[in-house]
Amino acid sequence: MILQVEDVTKTFGGLVALSDVAFQVEEGEILGIIGPNGAGKTTLFNAISGVFKIDKGRVKFQDRDITSLPPNARARLGIARTHQIVKPLNDLTVVENVMVGACFGKGNASLPAARKKAQEVLEFVGLKEKGEVLAGKLNVPEKKRLEMARALASDPAIILLDEVLAGLNPIEVSSMLKVIKAIRDKGITILMIEHLMHAIMNVSDRVMALVYGRKVSEGTPGEVANDPQVIEAYLGDPDLALKLLKDKRRRG
Amino acid sequence: MGKGKTLFWLIPALLIIILIPPVTGSVTTREGVFLILMYVTLAVSLNIILGYTGYVSFGHIVFYGIGGYVAFYLMKFHGIHLIPAMIMGGIGAAIAAFALGEAVLRLRGAFFAIATIGVNEAVKALVNNLNFIGGAEGLFFNFRIYNTYGGATKAIWFSYYTMAALTITTVIAAYLIKKSKFGLGLMAIREDEDAAIILGVNAKRYKSLAYAASALFPGMVGAVFFFKAGNIEPHDAFHLIKSIEMIFMVMLGGYGSVTGAVTGALVYERLKGFLLVNPLFKNLHMAISGVILLLIVLFMPQGIVGFIREKSKKLREMLE
Repeated sequence: MILQVEDVTKTFGGLVALSDVAFQVEEGEILGIIGPNGAGKTTLFNAISGVFKIDKGRVKFQDRDITSLPPNARARLGIARTHQIVKPLNDLTVVENVMVGACFGKGNASLPAARKKAQEVLEFVGLKEKGEVLAGKLNVPEKKRLEMARALASDPAIILLDEVLAGLNPIEVSSMLKVIKAIRDKGITILMIEHLMHAIMNVSDRVMALVYGRKVSEGTPGEVANDPQVIEAYLGDPDLALKLLKDKRRRG
Repeated sequence: MGKGKTLFWLIPALLIIILIPPVTGSVTTREGVFLILMYVTLAVSLNIILGYTGYVSFGHIVFYGIGGYVAFYLMKFHGIHLIPAMIMGGIGAAIAAFALGEAVLRLRGAFFAIATIGVNEAVKALVNNLNFIGGAEGLFFNFRIYNTYGGATKAIWFSYYTMAALTITTVIAAYLIKKSKFGLGLMAIREDEDAAIILGVNAKRYKSLAYAASALFPGMVGAVFFFKAGNIEPHDAFHLIKSIEMIFMVMLGGYGSVTGAVTGALVYERLKGFLLVNPLFKNLHMAISGVILLLIVLFMPQGIVGFIREKSKKLREMLE
């Protein structure tokens, strides 16, 4: 068990963003997280990466309680993440951005080693030619790749991907999915939030659904897509509910 | 990150400037160059926290004052030689910065800038009321102190060479910091502190260390300056205008770049010299500097060197 989240609760004033959320992640799997807007998906990532303190519960990483560790210490242990709203280091080049990940993450590389690592990772995500460009000058799909590259360069044990497919066109989506599968093939555990149902159902080993801060369903993509509670949560969008069912049927 | 071509021309250029006074033997030139070197050292040091890390330390002159007082006290009351006293002054300033950093570097943006002004004023008020270091009247040297250095004339030349060595050391140190893993972490903090932390940068520790490094050399500059002046008083040591001048130099030359800070210091010294001797402007030089700073921030936020770096890729490695 690489990651254990135990009864995590987080409130913002009167709003309960996460309520007794508990789950476990196996080493080497892809766990997809779905849920309507405002379900607490990104809040869950923030709780795991340590961006804020949780009100209740514990987060264990590789059997070690990390609940009280600051985010930089968690990154050092091997938890990397990308941001839904990209956070490039604008005035640094793409290579330098990735080097930050390599230098300060689990890899703890020296500068020359980090530069080498950055080149490798940029090739892997398909940003090689942009290495010397300032990160601020990239377009949005490229910035998403940069987020991935930075996270990967740190040699993480687990990587949290927050809507890396959002805003990409179908061609970009399929190439990004290839990258995600390739990451898993490297033995890195993946936790991903995604709204693109066909994509997440296709790529995940297991799926978990959050609604209003609660876990309502967890299981194989087929089980979750078929779960009445999940369908109900999405019924505000009947097309999507139908699509989920169709996806399920196609899968058999 | 690239091969360091910057130092190969920057250090010789500084050495040529440093050698002008001893070669010509002109005392006037020596005073001018001493001022230039002092500005260069202050600007290059401030750049570590302001340019690399992105924190506007508005009251940075406080470290110059602290270093000056520590060294002056040691030289006057304990008969310690300038060099060790200067090092103690620098270390004293760096320790003060590290301790202060732990408190005020939690603040970001304008709040940090305002807090540093407050710190400077608070220290000034404190020193004004500490009688063992002279209170508001400050401290004076007995001229016999200069006998250790072979008389007053030789002592002044000695302080000149000390300042020159200090300047060269500071420029090299600032360059090495920029080119290190530590420097990469600082620049990540400057660009997006939250992203840097998520990537594993220990921002709290790094900011305090950067603050200490950027205080070390101004502390030593204060030591040399007040040794040469022969007296120190709170109004001179913690003069907020000097703080603003430092920021002006860094912004003018180009923040984040060693060459930028050096260029800014040189241009500012010339500009100030021109404005001060010109009867039309002599009372207005701060006002004019203020207008220029405003224009830089509005139209050329990357400063002179930043502007050139942007235009020419070839010159980039030469202008780190």
